[in-house]
Amino acid sequence: MSELNKLTIAAARDALRAGDTTSAELTEACLSEIDAAGALGAFVHHTPDLAREQAAAADARIKAGDAPAMCGIPLGIKDLFCTKGVPSQAASKILEGFKPEYESTVSQNLFDAGAVMLGKLNMDEFAMGSSNETSVYGNAVNPWKAGNSDADLTPGGSSGGSAAAVAADLCLAATGTDTGGSIRQPAAFTGIVGIKPTYGRCSRWGIVAFASSLDQAGPMTKDVRDAAIMLETMCGHDPKDSTSAELAVPNFEAALTGDIKGKTIGIPKEYRMEGMPDAIEKLWSEGTEMLRDAGAVIKDISLPHTQYALPAYYVIAPAEASSNLARYDGVRFGHRAKLGQGDGITEMYEKTRAEGFGPEVQRRVMVGTYVLSAGFYDAYYNRARRVRTLIKKDFEDVFADGIDAILTPATPSSAFELGADFSPIEMYLNDVFTVTVNLAGLPGISVPTGIDSKGLPLGLQLIGRPWEEGDLLNTAYALEQAAGFAGKPTRWW
Amino acid sequence: MLDLTFDTPKPKTIQGAKQAWELVIGMEVHAQVATQAKLFSGASTQFGAEPNSNVAFVDAGMPGMLPVINEECVAQAVRTGLGLKAEIHLKSAFDRKNYFYPDLPQGYQISQLYHPIVGEGEVLVEMGDGTARVVRIERIHLEQDAGKSIHDMDPHMSFVDLNRTGVALMEIVSRPDIRGPEEAAAYITKLRQIMWYLGTCDGNMQNGNLRADVNVSICSPGAYEKYRETGDFGHLGTRCEIKNMNSMRFIQQAIEVEARRQIAIVEDGGEVVQETRLYDPDKGETRSMRSKEEAHDYRYFPCPDLLPLEIEQGWVDDIAGALPELPDEKKSRFMADLGLSDYDASVLTAEPESAAFFEQVADGTDGKMAANWVINDLFGRLKKDDKSLADSPVTPAQIAGIITLIKKGDISGKIAKDVFEIVYTEGGDPAQIVEERGMKQVTDTGAIEAAVDQIIADNPAQVEKAKVNPKLAGWFVGQVMKATGGKANPKAVNEIVAKKLAD
Repeated sequence: MSELNKLTIAAARDALRAGDTTSAELTEACLSEIDAAGALGAFVHHTPDLAREQAAAADARIKAGDAPAMCGIPLGIKDLFCTKGVPSQAASKILEGFKPEYESTVSQNLFDAGAVMLGKLNMDEFAMGSSNETSVYGNAVNPWKAGNSDADLTPGGSSGGSAAAVAADLCLAATGTDTGGSIRQPAAFTGIVGIKPTYGRCSRWGIVAFASSLDQAGPMTKDVRDAAIMLETMCGHDPKDSTSAELAVPNFEAALTGDIKGKTIGIPKEYRMEGMPDAIEKLWSEGTEMLRDAGAVIKDISLPHTQYALPAYYVIAPAEASSNLARYDGVRFGHRAKLGQGDGITEMYEKTRAEGFGPEVQRRVMVGTYVLSAGFYDAYYNRARRVRTLIKKDFEDVFADGIDAILTPATPSSAFELGADFSPIEMYLNDVFTVTVNLAGLPGISVPTGIDSKGLPLGLQLIGRPWEEGDLLNTAYALEQAAGFAGKPTRWW
Repeated sequence: MLDLTFDTPKPKTIQGAKQAWELVIGMEVHAQVATQAKLFSGASTQFGAEPNSNVAFVDAGMPGMLPVINEECVAQAVRTGLGLKAEIHLKSAFDRKNYFYPDLPQGYQISQLYHPIVGEGEVLVEMGDGTARVVRIERIHLEQDAGKSIHDMDPHMSFVDLNRTGVALMEIVSRPDIRGPEEAAAYITKLRQIMWYLGTCDGNMQNGNLRADVNVSICSPGAYEKYRETGDFGHLGTRCEIKNMNSMRFIQQAIEVEARRQIAIVEDGGEVVQETRLYDPDKGETRSMRSKEEAHDYRYFPCPDLLPLEIEQGWVDDIAGALPELPDEKKSRFMADLGLSDYDASVLTAEPESAAFFEQVADGTDGKMAANWVINDLFGRLKKDDKSLADSPVTPAQIAGIITLIKKGDISGKIAKDVFEIVYTEGGDPAQIVEERGMKQVTDTGAIEAAVDQIIADNPAQVEKAKVNPKLAGWFVGQVMKATGGKANPKAVNEIVAKKLAD
């Protein structure tokens, strides 16, 4: 078989089971693509030896007839996941040299199913960013380019390396994490599928924490079927994470019938933003029509507190981050600043954290510290928590009204140029359609459905009822079928 | 059951240069929860292990590690709450208290600021002079202990031991109801006693398993009563908190010293500044650690790694049903059912082990005699050897055996002391010892009569005198006892001597 790296998980699985290829061949194909794709900056730690070892073990399992769906599938793992004995530094200088003694539950679940790890993927530092530019490794690059320009574009963030790697076929799929849109926005920017499951579906154990009440892992894949297959392996109850849900994991792939007749899809008016590009507006209407044509009932809905979501998110997420990142103090692991004569423990903290954290992380730690401080706690943190409750209730109300899923744009634009001089606030606006989903703990999926005038991919977001990822994936599958998106970036790297 | 009724003790007053002042004290007692594993990890809580050997990844604040609540710690907090007659909150929650310190690897302590697991309760604090005070408990919350920083092992570096990091603590917060240094010590003693009974804290102050922050203020006589009537703290003086005390003696000294410092300030026209202070026992003074302005901003917020802690009433009821008899109840019962004095009952119930020992002795013998033997003979003897009850070479059954021999009339009280000494030093069954060593009292009246007859026959002059003066009968009794090696039953000897002399 040729170009094995371009296979979907489903196709590779079937080929492996049929004996048409081996995990070793798939893995070698991906490893050579990775070697040739340095310009994309997607992989930041390479683990070819481990990959070959895992591939051999997977081939043995397949031969023995004991092959779960993910067995032998070569993956990239976001650097936010702790992987045993492999550098795991959340794209931060402060975790320089850190090799965990433990494996995150999600990556362990994948490995237990026989998946192969090719290496660790680039991301924004501590998952804080929407362009992958806050990474200590330097940014990943979007494999897509605008038709009229040779400028490097962002793959989005924070899971930018994952998105770039999957879009460029360096791996069959990748893990991502999503705190405010970090799976869905990069997926939309690179023409791939990314799902953030319901909060509590995937264990957070062993994933470097950004904002604990919002963080969720999810798969980033070439199509919806792959997302269903990979999510099923990633998720499940984990007693080591108190916020992990004690729920059985359904067979998500079996839910993909493509039949959405009689489903009610809500179109929230609050997501129609002023100044939204025509291409996005058009994409959204087209997507709506596609779902209507597939037999869904379309209903205009209101999620009245949407406008407060972004500010609430940028209070809650930094607040939790300021506390979660306190452990990076130079005492036990990672970077420690060189100290001068007479420097004490306070200087060690200050210098280590000043050197180890990049500007965006420092900004959020300071914002978070401020909103939790005495005298400001009620005005910011508590108010944001109340807003969060209202946003959650907005969704509960429409779901109680019979809405099965909600269709929105995934991003307010297509991928933008790297190095663009955005203010932090402008950058934060990238998350405007996605943060509500994290605040409400709901599942959300980004599906590529179109190409804009510059020739860049665009995605739509579907938001589902809690714990009904199967239903959500099926609606996404119907949308994918109707949209027929088959775009691939032209290779330039 | 006997109701224990007490008078309220008088508050401690200190005479200043201008007026008399009363003391008002509130305490935050940190009690290490007696469990095998830490509050949020499976690491051991064993004291004295190699540094950094009882540390799980989450204790060391490793990236991506998450806390999972240890159910036994929750059960221990509930038990403690029930023991302090407190309200158990079926829903509580954990918060993060954020600050930097090398022995706090996460950069925050997980605690319960907003929703503690235990609410209001009370403790009866007896002062031993027939007075007692009811100290109100405001709350008990669960929290993580910090590790230990060691600064004296290297001239340039500090060392950190994380063994204690994450060990569960109960912070027991009292209302400002304690009115003097002695009451403060009695309060801690009582808390420790209750937790001993419950098995929820070993109370070892030397190891730091029980420590207290002490809030001290002064007020004019009458002001405290106004505070109690209105609940308005404005009637009380500004308080200072003396941190981290783990000695009863120092706690009492520190309160006295701090009160005198505040009195001097106020009488001098100054104002007490609310602050955290440390007690220096060498200099006998408290000194400022940090003022209110310098106080840390802990940025408490709900810990997003943990769901609110929900427990079921049925579970609480099960714990309540399995609760042991507590010191107050046990003491009442000892007094009412076994006829013990207040003092004896207090001594015997001070520790659950001594109460249990006593009860085994008393079971089937005699409460009062058992109390006397345990307190005077056993405790006295152990004290002489600097031994604790746990090291006692004498079992409850052996003491019960001795008491039974006395009651049967087999040995006299005096011989019993000798038997006890043999049992203490050599061991053995008292009945067998008495039998084998011929220590049994002679109750055979024939043998006694023969001895009496012999003495009378040998001492005719004395007999004549005794017939005139019956008090001299005692001399005959003494002679008979001497002749029988002390084994004759004294009661029988008395009777026979009296009878023979009257003949």
